[in-house]
Amino acid sequence: MTVSAQKAPIIRKAAPEPEPSDSLYEGRKQIYPQSVSGRFRNIKWGLLIGGMLLYYFLPFVRWDRGPDQPSQAVLVDLANGRFYFFGVEIWPQEVYYITGLLILAAFTLFLMNALAGRVWCGYLCPQTVWTDLFLLIERWTQGERRERLKKAGQPWTLQTVVETALKHVLWLAIAWWTGGAWVLYFADAPTLVKQLATFQAPMEAYVWIGILTFTTYTLAGFAREQVCLYMCPWPRIQAALTDEWALNVTYRVDRGEPRGSVKKAKVLRAEGKPAGDCVDCNQCVVVCPTGVDIRNGLDMGCIQCGLCIDACDNVMSRIGRPTGLIGYDTDNNVERRAQGLAALPPKILRARTLIYIALIAGVAAIMGVSLATRNTLGIDVMHDRNPIYVALSDGSLRNGYTIRALNKHGSARDFKLTLEGLPRGQIEILGQKAEGGAVSVHVEADQTLELRVMVTTPPDAPPPASTPIKLVLTDPKTGEQTTRADFFKGP
Amino acid sequence: MVDHTHQDIDAATGTATTGHEWDGIKELNTPLPRWWLWVFYACIVWAFGYWVVYPAIPLPGGHTKGLLNWASRDAVMQEVESLKATRAPFVGKIEQASLQDISADPKLAEFARAYGKSAFGNNCAPCHGSGGQGAVGYPNLAGDRWLWGGSLDQIAATITHGVRSGDAEGHDPAGAAGMPAWSQMGLNAQQIDQVADYVVSLIAPTKADVSAGQKIFAENCVACHGEDAKGNTDLGAPNLTSKSKWLYGSDKATVVQTIANGRAGHMPAWGAKLDTATIKSLTIYVHSLGGGQ
Repeated sequence: MTVSAQKAPIIRKAAPEPEPSDSLYEGRKQIYPQSVSGRFRNIKWGLLIGGMLLYYFLPFVRWDRGPDQPSQAVLVDLANGRFYFFGVEIWPQEVYYITGLLILAAFTLFLMNALAGRVWCGYLCPQTVWTDLFLLIERWTQGERRERLKKAGQPWTLQTVVETALKHVLWLAIAWWTGGAWVLYFADAPTLVKQLATFQAPMEAYVWIGILTFTTYTLAGFAREQVCLYMCPWPRIQAALTDEWALNVTYRVDRGEPRGSVKKAKVLRAEGKPAGDCVDCNQCVVVCPTGVDIRNGLDMGCIQCGLCIDACDNVMSRIGRPTGLIGYDTDNNVERRAQGLAALPPKILRARTLIYIALIAGVAAIMGVSLATRNTLGIDVMHDRNPIYVALSDGSLRNGYTIRALNKHGSARDFKLTLEGLPRGQIEILGQKAEGGAVSVHVEADQTLELRVMVTTPPDAPPPASTPIKLVLTDPKTGEQTTRADFFKGP
Repeated sequence: MVDHTHQDIDAATGTATTGHEWDGIKELNTPLPRWWLWVFYACIVWAFGYWVVYPAIPLPGGHTKGLLNWASRDAVMQEVESLKATRAPFVGKIEQASLQDISADPKLAEFARAYGKSAFGNNCAPCHGSGGQGAVGYPNLAGDRWLWGGSLDQIAATITHGVRSGDAEGHDPAGAAGMPAWSQMGLNAQQIDQVADYVVSLIAPTKADVSAGQKIFAENCVACHGEDAKGNTDLGAPNLTSKSKWLYGSDKATVVQTIANGRAGHMPAWGAKLDTATIKSLTIYVHSLGGGQ
């Protein structure tokens, strides 16, 4: 499983491997992570608080879209098929914006990986964030690693029962709130909160809260690192996307080995013999949320959260050795150090990152331009298939079209529909003749309207079998315009 | 199976093998987590649940019904009912409103066209075609030529009562007033040929002398088709000056055949088969195809 161990001829004092078992199934090794303080822990707390505040309170942010329109800034309105994101309103046929967003998310993930390995896993992944929060509660209620380990082997007492019960109650409360916040993205949040409080919310809301309560409680409370090790596909994909320039949480083998106590190292150094800085205190292992020993090299189980860096730096400061025995470093430097060469600074701008940045910029630019120049009106045209054209009694030719006019705006609008490309063609809507070459179309706020449209050419000088035409929908007030190309057919 | 007595360690990886060996190739034992095994068992138990709650086992006296007593037929009917419930407000409005009011209300007309279109596909398309384009003997509903009238009310009447359908309120209920077979009514072959020449000349002007035919037309045909040959929708007599496609064809041979042997098309009365909302919606849809008359 260790990637570096296979290719790098680095001599390491490997931690004792578990005895090979002949069982086809592996029992769960419970992990009791110890708390740690330091730079990366603080970054993680900051991201946890920021991320949770965003997730829980975003549905309550308001955005004025005019009367009779939803006032929620971020809302997925499934019943009416609308997605609102602040000033943007997406209709189902514009699902490519969601595709663009997913492409952006994927490339950003790849870029993060090229720069700093599994930084997503360690700092931002909901599984990590919620597990972190659940571990915090576990520590509050049941105590630090040492106490939890001790209690785990003991028979139940009143104290441990109360502590355990309190832990699960708090876990369930957070899990419930997680599901509760999720459903608020799908309905008007203040209204739904009132409905939930008075037990009058729709059944779907309760079902989804139940599902998310269950998944949060089990995944963050019990499954934890098993999700990263066995369920998540990203570690596998990530291993195929990474390269020797990506920063990873790395143990400085050249500095750390051979390991030994502080005293022993002093003696060795006094004799001029090599002595490593690693005092084998095991702090890097006990703080690890996935139970990895980083000193064995890059590991698939390592989510690269940097907590072992904090733990090791604290120990190094205490024993008066330089910090950074464990730190973010590239695979390239691991090799160089093994050969006694100087480490190189990380190469942030390289072909891989530049390509990712270019792709992200490209997709973002396309989305930005298309959102900025996006029409708030639209037209779909379907030419009649049977009959393709009709010869009328007086010998004129007529084509029928079914047209759908779209008004993606919060107020009702009157559009003009005009015909281009057929100088002698007359356009009409069922029951309404054209005035000045245009027919008027009234579409209610945020609605579509289907219309039957006829185009007729006079009997003299019939047009060729197929003439390209354009149907143009215009908002005379704003001048906004949208065009659809079609054909006028004849014999 | 696992060889418990001689555990074999793979030299390259240091991992135990399962003991399976095929031509020297061994399978490494990289154990699954045990909880995965329990999830697998739980799935098997869950699967048994389907046998209990859903129809599952075919028996000679019929299949087991399951605790939920679920049936796909019932599920479809429930969906149909819920669809009807969703449509009910619109359908109710269509039942109440006049055809003119439906036509004037864009949203209601939009619904009626969609509702009528599906009814048209189910009931009318076999003769009139999927888009109402018609066929020989079956009128094109997208044109401007209407045998029995193309106003909303006339279309509704034709759909409801039919043509020569036996419905007393329908057009020509007994089938007595269709186009007669003029070869049985005193016109000889030459006269039929002459009047056919005249009829064809109405839409394809010719320099040939058609006055003989015109005279026969004036004596025999104007009663229904009118002196100007523009037809009469009360009698279902077609406009013979129309340049649109003719119901049976406007070439000379067809016209001769039509005059000699007569024509009397049929259309069933749909009033007994379809409900009011459906007939009104069909009317709106058919009228929208070509704008009626």
